[in-house]
Amino acid sequence: MITFSNVSKIYESTGKKVTAVDHVNMSVEEGEICVFLGPSGCGKTTLLRMVNRLVQITEGSIEIDGKDIQALDSIELRRSIGYVIQQNGLFPNMTIEENINVVPKMLGWDAGKRKNRYKELMEMMGLNPEEFRKRFPWELSGGQQQRIGVARALAADPPVMLMDEPFGALDPIIRDHLQNEFLRIQKDVKKTILFVSHDIDEAIRLGDKIAIFNQGQLMQVGTPDQILSDPKNEFVRDFIGSDREIKRLTLLTVKDLLNKGKKGNRKSNLTAEINEFYVTLDTDLRNALAVLLASPTGEAVIVDQRNQPHGILTFTDYELLTGVHPSKLKSIVH
Amino acid sequence: MEFFEFFSTSWNEILMMTWEHIQLVGLAVGVAILLGVPFGIYITQHETLSNLVLTVAGIIMTIPSIALFGIMIPILSVINQGIGFLPAFLALVLYSQLPIIRNTFIAIKNVDPNMRDAAIGMGMTTWQRLRKVEIPIALPVIMAGIRTAVVLTIGIGAIAAYIGAGGLGEYIARGISTSYTTMVQVGAVSVSVLAIVADYLLGRIQKQVSPKTAHSK
Ligand SMILES: Nc1ncnc2c1ncn2[C@@H]1O[C@H](COP(=O)(O)OP(=O)(O)OP(=O)(O)O)[C@@H](O)[C@H]1O
Ligand SMILES: [Mg+2]
Repeated sequence: MITFSNVSKIYESTGKKVTAVDHVNMSVEEGEICVFLGPSGCGKTTLLRMVNRLVQITEGSIEIDGKDIQALDSIELRRSIGYVIQQNGLFPNMTIEENINVVPKMLGWDAGKRKNRYKELMEMMGLNPEEFRKRFPWELSGGQQQRIGVARALAADPPVMLMDEPFGALDPIIRDHLQNEFLRIQKDVKKTILFVSHDIDEAIRLGDKIAIFNQGQLMQVGTPDQILSDPKNEFVRDFIGSDREIKRLTLLTVKDLLNKGKKGNRKSNLTAEINEFYVTLDTDLRNALAVLLASPTGEAVIVDQRNQPHGILTFTDYELLTGVHPSKLKSIVH
Repeated sequence: MEFFEFFSTSWNEILMMTWEHIQLVGLAVGVAILLGVPFGIYITQHETLSNLVLTVAGIIMTIPSIALFGIMIPILSVINQGIGFLPAFLALVLYSQLPIIRNTFIAIKNVDPNMRDAAIGMGMTTWQRLRKVEIPIALPVIMAGIRTAVVLTIGIGAIAAYIGAGGLGEYIARGISTSYTTMVQVGAVSVSVLAIVADYLLGRIQKQVSPKTAHSK
């Protein structure tokens, strides 16, 4: 668990004081992804870098598992925290394998163990270990470099990861793909992750929790659903946008909706053949809505994992969501 | 064709002088590297010192070589080494310092701050960061400084013959004092060839140590 208590950072440059982080109080549970969200210059990077002491805390304290980071040796602290910087930061003088093994090597792992770890990580990232072993960073595409950056941070299996807009500089399709992989990997590794982003959609998608900042101050912290359904102030409301009800739909899948409507007997007309307007049980409700809007009949076939028709989705099904108070949404999901 | 005749009759002597010249320059630049590279790295960590050092090294560079040799003579006469190898050697070490220190300093300073950031963030100590990341990345520019120093000292080394340090400058000095034009020409051409060859070879090494990038293909 990471706890921020009254954390502030004041930069002093040429006599001028800039308050980059202003009395932040919050905590992040073990195995949780917390996304720091906010406009450029609001202090996300600064707060992140205070955790591994790349930025000196001006006031307050940060604890990891109950230990004040100020009391720990900074070198050891950093080796126990995976760090992915805003630009990927791979070392151009090292091969991919050497890049990934920087921390394990410093920790004194033997060559065999390092080699195995390299293979394991590359497979986890969906990259061929042999193909990339002797290559240099510039010989990789942007998306591949980002994945190596993440793999490198994971190398020594640190319990905590700091990720500063790791997918920021990528085109939407690759970003989408990497976000999915990232979630898949996190399911296995269960790290405590602080993740900086300025993209609300990314935050909703990845965060177990979202912390929204403005000018160094924490505006609101909570689950994506809490933030979307109950924005605490004007700033948060503006920042998440007027389409927050639509965004909320990304938090639920077709399956959730079916479970909710289970009582009414829905397995009526399975005569429908599968046409191009279909959704799967795992499709989120926002994408499902898009399919309904495109469908001339206003209906979409729901198919299950084996691609067999499972039912029909219509606009009226969405009525199940109206009148549900946001705080009850969770109970639909689980 | 006097020129080629001179070459063919005294190639033995020319080779010997070339070897003397190489020894003088090699030793001087060698020592200059051992002093200048660590010093250049050291001042990257000490901002205020770096200005002073680079200014002083810059001033030394502007002293005409013949004047610097002149200054050396009375100082080293104290230990009976006023002329000969030692003053020439010391002067060349001093001249080499600026390109080597300056290039090392700039090269390390210019390492992408993201690299430094990543290295520190991963828990490298200052020394590990320098050794594993910053020096390897800076090496091509450091090599360029060494290359400049070598070419520079090959030229200045020719003047060192006036204080009895030997080398190819001997022909130039002797030829001028005896108005033997061919001898001056042979000396000058030999020094030039030596400088060009050294520059070429060091250029090859510089390419070798450059990290591969998309541009080097
Ligand atoms: N080293 C520094 N010295 C002085 N001011 C700084 C320094 N680093 C950051 N700042 C200032 O602190 C504030 C917060 O910066 P920070 O980098 O944390 O923002 P950010 O939220 O990460 O922004 P972005 O989304 O653009 O990366 C900014 O106003 C910035 O100008
Ligand atoms: Mg930032």
